[in-house]
Amino acid sequence: MNQFYIILILAAFGLVFWLLRGKQWARQLLLLDFVRGLKVTLPYFFKPKITVQFPEEHTPISPRFRGMLALRRYPNGEERCIACKLCEAVCPALAITIEAQEREDGQRRTTRFDIDAFKCIHCGLCEEACPVDSIVLTSNMHYTMRKRGENIMTKEKLLAIGEAYESEIAACREVDKDER
Amino acid sequence: MNTEMMMQLALIIAKILMVLLPVVGAVAYLTTIERKVIGYIQQRPGPNRVGFAGILQPVADGIKFIGKELIFPRMSNIYLFFLAPILSFAPAFVAWSVVPFDVGLVIADIDAGVLFVLAMTSLGAYGVLTAGWASNSKYAFLGAMRAAAQIISYEIAMSFALVGVLIAAGSMNFTEIVLKQQGGLFSWYWLPLFPLFLVYWISAVAETNRAPFDVAEGESELVAGFHVEYSGMGFALFFIAEYANMILISFLSALLFFGGWLSPFEGLGVLAEVTAFIPGLFWLLFKSAVFLFLYLWMRATFPRYRYDQIMQLGWKVLIPVALAWLPVVALMVKLGLLG
Repeated sequence: MNQFYIILILAAFGLVFWLLRGKQWARQLLLLDFVRGLKVTLPYFFKPKITVQFPEEHTPISPRFRGMLALRRYPNGEERCIACKLCEAVCPALAITIEAQEREDGQRRTTRFDIDAFKCIHCGLCEEACPVDSIVLTSNMHYTMRKRGENIMTKEKLLAIGEAYESEIAACREVDKDER
Repeated sequence: MNTEMMMQLALIIAKILMVLLPVVGAVAYLTTIERKVIGYIQQRPGPNRVGFAGILQPVADGIKFIGKELIFPRMSNIYLFFLAPILSFAPAFVAWSVVPFDVGLVIADIDAGVLFVLAMTSLGAYGVLTAGWASNSKYAFLGAMRAAAQIISYEIAMSFALVGVLIAAGSMNFTEIVLKQQGGLFSWYWLPLFPLFLVYWISAVAETNRAPFDVAEGESELVAGFHVEYSGMGFALFFIAEYANMILISFLSALLFFGGWLSPFEGLGVLAEVTAFIPGLFWLLFKSAVFLFLYLWMRATFPRYRYDQIMQLGWKVLIPVALAWLPVVALMVKLGLLG
């Protein structure tokens, strides 16, 4: 019974302030704005978390993503590049250096194909210029250089990347073939 | 020294350790839980790399703190600089000596418990002041000044809010105050003293220098406030003191306004019987945990108060509200509605 009277007293006070809630000071005394703020943040506590746990999870990557460069081979193992030097000519950052010679079987092939990874701006113009789909950009963006000089990607390194990523590169090209 | 005295000493030390170690553990995990809760409210998982789901995070933090170099600023007062963390650390833990966990489960069951806790929590201000003064840094000094002014202002409102509890209970002994609240959820003092509870809670948050009243730290304007110059364990002591004070305030809220270890289902027939097996300690810890969550929830929600707004709130709102409700409480007691 005592509690009933106490609730009645509190309710009376609360009602007076509630009727005055148009006034700034009454709102402040009722802590209305604070309750509203707390009501906004609490649901977020229970919402699913959207963090991508990076080394284990990755954000989705577009098939057109422009990451590390690579050189491709034909399915029979022959390298695609014919040393036309179109990529070298189109490269706006002058990152590509090509030297070419005639091979024993009479075909024109590169003897040197260097890309300076520090100069490269991943614009993808070389990929567009290439007539034989040899130089491509892979989705690999997590590469590091630990020593000076490692930034020069030689022909061997680029071919190795191409071999490692061949299935992914081919799949990306398949998705995109109507636009090329 | 005879064996009886030795036994008594060992018993006292064992009692102290039984309170101190869980509090230190709770402080360690509160820091991680704070980051977790704030992360969850911001839709991130918070620290989850050290150990399973981040449960070893406090251990990693502790090792990091111990491994850090202690730096003393060149023009600082080295003795005061060294003393300041201790000054803020020690009172935060001394106050625990009068906090009861159940009937008789208390280190020192003294009659002026509320007064003792008020005295100890105010002493913490000296640690902050000393740190700001001894650092010889403008940021630390400004932070310390703000902290001192804030703690002194809110002490008054907090004390007035506690006076209401004392009027209602007619005692300063924590155990007696809790036992006076027997009778279930609606007999606890939060209901008759609701405005005083709000005043108490707001000034308690300000007393512990927590968001939204953390101008003493104010990282956006004062770098880190009074503890800018502290590194390693010096900083860790301030940190532990702050969190120990938070936990203490949460326990006091549960004890003074929410019936401490009493079950909320008391006198509700079947519900009371079903929940009778739950120990009182669980209820006390549960209520304190709710208040600790409220601390973190408020920190994740509210932007920091401006300094003059803090002063205005303390002097022009909280103290008048507390003073206005005290006669009502006295009237309730006179009319026999309370106590």
